[in-house]
Order: sequence, then structure tokens, then C-alpha cells
Amino acid sequence: MTERSRLIQEIAGRWLADGTVEAVVGWEQGTYRDKTAPVIIRRPEEAQRLVFNERCTNNLVAYLKREPLKSMAAVGIVAKGCDIKSLIGLIQESQVAREKVKILAVTCPGVRDARGAVPIKCQACDVNTPALFDELVGEKIEARPDPQARSRSLSELEAMSPQERFRFWRKEFDKCIRCYACRQACQLCICIRCIAEKNQPQWIETSPHPRGNFAWNLIRAYHLAGRCVECEACEAACPVNIPLMLLNRKMADEVKHLFGYEAGRDPAVQPPLRTFQLDDDNSFIL
Amino acid sequence: MVEAAQEREPATGQQGWEPRIVAFICNWCTYTGADLAGTSRLKYPPHVRVIKIPCTGRFDPLFMIKAFEKGADGVLVSGCHPGDCHYTAGNYNARRKFAVFRTLLGWAGVDLDRVWFSWISAAEGVKWVDTITRFTEVIRQKGPFAGYREMMDD
Repeated sequence: MTERSRLIQEIAGRWLADGTVEAVVGWEQGTYRDKTAPVIIRRPEEAQRLVFNERCTNNLVAYLKREPLKSMAAVGIVAKGCDIKSLIGLIQESQVAREKVKILAVTCPGVRDARGAVPIKCQACDVNTPALFDELVGEKIEARPDPQARSRSLSELEAMSPQERFRFWRKEFDKCIRCYACRQACQLCICIRCIAEKNQPQWIETSPHPRGNFAWNLIRAYHLAGRCVECEACEAACPVNIPLMLLNRKMADEVKHLFGYEAGRDPAVQPPLRTFQLDDDNSFIL
Repeated sequence: MVEAAQEREPATGQQGWEPRIVAFICNWCTYTGADLAGTSRLKYPPHVRVIKIPCTGRFDPLFMIKAFEKGADGVLVSGCHPGDCHYTAGNYNARRKFAVFRTLLGWAGVDLDRVWFSWISAAEGVKWVDTITRFTEVIRQKGPFAGYREMMDD
């Protein structure tokens, strides 16, 4: 067992034993050797199930939005730096109260995706050692983000003409089966009733037809603009491998360019589409 | 099938096709400006379908997507100049929405010349006429919005 796993077990067990939290959400060993699974533990002796390794890819913050954790007075969560960014997003939008969450942060050198590759979020990571936490586990890791990792993924689309891009997205969105796994996996998809569920009137066609698929995927990307922290949960969850992060990264870049804003950094500020400046860019408006 | 359809040049000379422009305009400034163009008996192409919204702050990108789904070849969104919003700050919020969604549309492969934004005040009947005239001509040159036309079946 690694040192991180041991410390996580110790702290989670202590929190549960002395009533600091009602439950702790973390990762445990999954069904196969290379898999982990989310687990919600409530008794101190269950803390032995918790692990941390490079397969702890999933972002567990999504569980804080849902029952049973949502109603609990205090909840513990084992979290990497990227997970904490999404928690900051939820705190900004008053979806989770900071004082109710006990953050058991872990320093993280990077995880592996389901195919064993290093996710782009890890290549670009600068939160290896989280800044927001209640307890921090693991030796300090110097952040060494690859500044090109994100832009490299966008460069192919940047180089295309609009027609080629439309063809690209038409091909990708044709695969969409409207399972909404992306929405369910997303930490920042918080609407009690999603716009896709609205049928009086219906704005987004629900059939897995190109029209509705375009509308769904574009609107989800738009609703996440300035809010997505690029945890890549959506792309990992998509059963038909639509490169959703190519939309979300582009929007994040644009929001940075237009408003100087990065999501998931400061719990005290508002996301950019909730505010405005008197001198916002006007150049494209006649 | 999708690839073959996308390669076709837009049928600008297609018999019977005329540009379909949808304009989402705010009740207080641009709608009044368009009304002024009318009372002044200014002439401009009749291809625009006006949809009045109370304020550009009400504008939602879904409106634009719906317009394209229903057959619009170009969409204009227009409202009060910054500082003149009847609801004080609606157009400031809209300005940010416009900027972000416009980039997203461009990234999705929509020709951004089919998506125009403008500030047209209640006194600017001439600007309304100029904008609509130019926009209609631009869309006429470009032809129908092929990408969305292909998705119109079913």
C-alpha cells in the first residue's frame, strides 16, 4: 500500500470516528486490477477500503451535488487538484457550502485514462499540490505544466476552414446517442431541470438526430463556458468517444482571452457570463 | 452521404431561393428604429423576419440555433447601444453572451458572416435599413446555409 493510501485511510477513519463528517467519498479498488471505483463510506472501519493511485481518474465532486451527500451536515471528500477546481466552481455558484465539505486533498503527479494514456489535463496541470484543502496528503509536487498540451489538441481544428470544421463536428455529433452521460458526469452541470428536458416549448430536439445533437452539444458547451474546469469527466464518460474537450478547451481559451478569467481558481469571484465590464469587447458588433 | 452533400457549392443561382434572414431585435431601440424606417417610408429588402424580444439580454443562443434549424440563412441580433439599455444592463450581459457564442459557432464551423450583431438605436432608422440591406446581399452571395439544410430531413 502506498503512503498516500495509508494516510488517506488514517485521516478518513479519524474524521468518521470523531464525527467530523457523516461520510467520506473516495476511491476504492475496482473490479479489475487497473480500475478504481467511487465509494461512500460512513463507518471508520470502512476507511480501509480507500486507495489512491494513478487510476483515480474520476472526479468525485459530482457526488456532493446529489443525495445522500447533499443533505449531510458535513462530508469528507478525497480530491486531486483538478477535482478541487470543480469544487471551487460549485462553491462560487452556491451549490455546495464550503463549510460543509472537508477536503482531504492529495498531491497528484498525474493519473491515467481508461486506455492507460496520460490525460491532457495532467499534461497541463499546475495544481499537482492543491492550494485549497482541510488536510493535505502526499509530498509536495512541483507543478511542471506543458504549456502546449492544451493548444496542441486544438491546433488541428484551428487550421481547418469553417466548412471543414462543420464537416468534422457533423461527423462527431452524428455519433451522439443522447445518453447525457456527459451531463451526468459533469461537475458543473447543476440544473435541476436541464434545458434538454424542457418540452413546453421544446428547444432541443431529443431524438439522436443531427439537428438535436448539434443543438445539445453546442448548448452544453455554451452553458459551461467560463465554468468548465477541464476535468475531462465528460469526454471520459462519452460512450461513443466524441471529443467534447475540443469544445470545452476552446471555450476556456476564449473566456481567458476575452475576460482574463480562468475557472476553478478563486471561490470569491463570479463566473464571467454572470458579470460584465463597461469596456467589454465590442469589436464584432456593428 | 454527408461528405458528398457538404462538397456541393451553395446554390446561389438556384431558382426560387431567396435569403431568409431572422432578426432578433429589442423592443426599445432597434424595433423602434425599424419602425422609424417604416414610417419614413425607407425601402429595404423584405427578406427579414423580425422577432421582437424585450431586450438583447433576453437573447439566448438557443434562439439562433432554432432559427437555423427552421431554415434561416442568416441571423441578426440587435439592440440598444451600451449605456442606453432600457433595463440598464441587459445589453452589457448580452454583449458577453454574444462574444462567447459567436466564437463557439465559428468553432463549430458556422460561417460567421451569417451571424451579425448590431447596436441600432430608436433614431437610427437609416442604420437599420443599411444593415438589413447589406446583410441580405451578403447572404444572397453566400447562398442557403447548406450545413443546416442537410440536417433538415426527418
